[in-house]
Amino acid sequence: MQQSNYIIEVNNVSKQFEDGKFALDNVSLSIRKGEFVTILGPSGCGKTTLLRCIAGFQVASSGDVLLNGEDITQIPPYKRPVNTVFQKYALFPHLNVFDNVAFGLKLKKFDRTTITQKVKSALKTVGMTDYEYRDVDSLSGGQQQRVAIARAIVNQPEVLLLDEPLAALDLKMRKDMQIELKEMHKKLGITFIYVTHDQEEALTLSDRVVVMSEGKIQQIGTPSEVYNEPVNCFVADFIGESNILNGVMLEDRRVRFCEHEFDCVDTGFGENVPVDVVVRPEDWYIFDASDAAQLTGIVQSCIFKGVHYEMAVLTPNGYEFMVQDYHAFEPGREVGLLVKPEDIQVMKKERLCNTFEGEILAGNKVCFLDADWDIPGQVAQQFEVGTKVQVTVGFNRITLEDHEEDGLLTGVVHFILYKGDHYHLTVRTDDGEDLFVDTRDVWDDGDRVGIVISPDNIHVSPISSEK
Amino acid sequence: MKNLSRVFSSRRTWAWPYVLFLVLFVVLPLLLIVFYAFTNGNGQFTLRNFADFFSKSEAVSTFIYSLAIALITTVICLLLGYPAAYIMAMAQFKTPQVMAMLFILPMWINFLLRTIATVELFRFFGIPLGEAALLFGMVYDFLPFMIYPIYNTLQKMDHSLIEAAEDLGANRTQVFAKVVLPLSVPGIYSGIIMVFMPTVSTFAIAELLTHNKVTLFGSLIQRSFGEGGLTMWNYGAALSLIMLLIIALTSFFGSPEDNDANQKGGLL
Repeated sequence: MQQSNYIIEVNNVSKQFEDGKFALDNVSLSIRKGEFVTILGPSGCGKTTLLRCIAGFQVASSGDVLLNGEDITQIPPYKRPVNTVFQKYALFPHLNVFDNVAFGLKLKKFDRTTITQKVKSALKTVGMTDYEYRDVDSLSGGQQQRVAIARAIVNQPEVLLLDEPLAALDLKMRKDMQIELKEMHKKLGITFIYVTHDQEEALTLSDRVVVMSEGKIQQIGTPSEVYNEPVNCFVADFIGESNILNGVMLEDRRVRFCEHEFDCVDTGFGENVPVDVVVRPEDWYIFDASDAAQLTGIVQSCIFKGVHYEMAVLTPNGYEFMVQDYHAFEPGREVGLLVKPEDIQVMKKERLCNTFEGEILAGNKVCFLDADWDIPGQVAQQFEVGTKVQVTVGFNRITLEDHEEDGLLTGVVHFILYKGDHYHLTVRTDDGEDLFVDTRDVWDDGDRVGIVISPDNIHVSPISSEK
Repeated sequence: MKNLSRVFSSRRTWAWPYVLFLVLFVVLPLLLIVFYAFTNGNGQFTLRNFADFFSKSEAVSTFIYSLAIALITTVICLLLGYPAAYIMAMAQFKTPQVMAMLFILPMWINFLLRTIATVELFRFFGIPLGEAALLFGMVYDFLPFMIYPIYNTLQKMDHSLIEAAEDLGANRTQVFAKVVLPLSVPGIYSGIIMVFMPTVSTFAIAELLTHNKVTLFGSLIQRSFGEGGLTMWNYGAALSLIMLLIIALTSFFGSPEDNDANQKGGLL
């Protein structure tokens, strides 16, 4: 029999809740023995659901979860050799520290001396010796967290699941606990699966980071991979600070953005292909304007951040860059910017325009996104009524209105990406469809908007026969 | 003027009506009971009333019988009420409030009316009134008082505690025995007190549902005051005092040490 190299395998797992929403959408993930894997993502991205599927508190709607090659998808939590550290500790208030930690051991019918010995050793590991007979309510948040960790590791699980265990602690405490967790992982040698929304925590702790959004895995990689080579705008934006811009890959190792051509190290995109470009703020060299500069601009603001200064630089053609440097350049100063080829990260664009399936209706209308849109008569007449068509709308051809009533369709601003000279918004309609809109107007996450598309901007074409 | 406004803005000022109320309607009657219990008809100190009670085997047995009935009622209420509260709190009902509401609904109707209706029901079905009818009536009347505090504690329980127990290897029975049950003790305690206290002193239900065939301690007290005329007041006061003592004892006896039982949903 082939021994699986992975301790946990998640294969095509989807989880659909009663309201029809997908918390997990076809997620696959393999975790090696002894690895420290962090599942990272904003709230509501499905990371906790994924952890709960591994713990057994939730059963996947489809797909399966394997432990050491064995299917455990339907196994109840109490039969799984995994233990969880809960976000709010979930210590039993009616038991003292010792009995909390001994809870799992007593259920497994260990004898008293073994239990005492194991509990003491676990409490020592988390630095809580001498607290055995304290009431758990009398402990501070950090101490409760340590007890919660001791209660989990005392059972010597094959996998330890941690659900945002440090979220409730203050910053200083969190940093200390991060170091301790890392050391504990080294010492215990068990697999840690750690859920967090804190990207810094994820980069600090993990062997590998799994970035999630909207129930899907966006990228899996080492901390330096996800930081230095994000695969898409979401990952680049979510992890660390970044300047994300529209660019054009002219040829291999040559990219154009901000109306300037740069050398880069990326290949294989083809020629004249639109791409997204990421430059980290710390990768810009900033200096007094000179011939060496690739870009020039005027410093707009300069904020002291402790280790470095963070400056906003506006180029003459209207692009704004965030730049971090140890030296301050005061606002109003004319500066030059330079970036090394290897510090430019080029990403394939996920989409170039909004594409929908539609149907031609009578009266020069086309139906898509559950709404009936006017289109110019000469366009509509090319199709018979009832024909299924492909509808495309450019990102910058959609107008958003403050007043919902002004739009044919209403939606909520769902995700905002700053692209240097404009915002790339994801607007989710009330039916749960996504539209992508480029705009220079400032909107906030969660704003309700009316969506307007003028007839001239709706492009209708026959559905290509391959589909 | 300034003084006056200070007087009216002080919280202490506003407490006075309540203090007056408590003195007039709680402290004073209590003192009167004590006074009557320890005096004879002429106002002279005596222990005769207590001696009378303990010498009458009939009175003592009524007392013990009442305690037993109250105890049985409480146990039945607990056995019926705990599962009901548990189901309501744990099952993922779309509207658990509706079920809780249905249990509370009978309390909107005066318990005397309900008891009279119960009597009619028994008569309609030709079931003889008596001890069984009494127990049925008491359980029916006081069950909500058991369910509600337990439901309250269970409902406020952090669900992650149950998950934590499962995670540590506890099956459903073990989760219940080791986590849910111990954590619902404050609710159980409140429920017991809420049922036991009124059942030990009730008399109307007994009179209606047994046609005065069964005499409870409450009835004994009531008769002392009602039928016995002024001469029996001292005896009745002594009986009341004994009952008060028993209730006080049960309240303090076995009270959870947890001072924060209240926060966890207990009513006492």
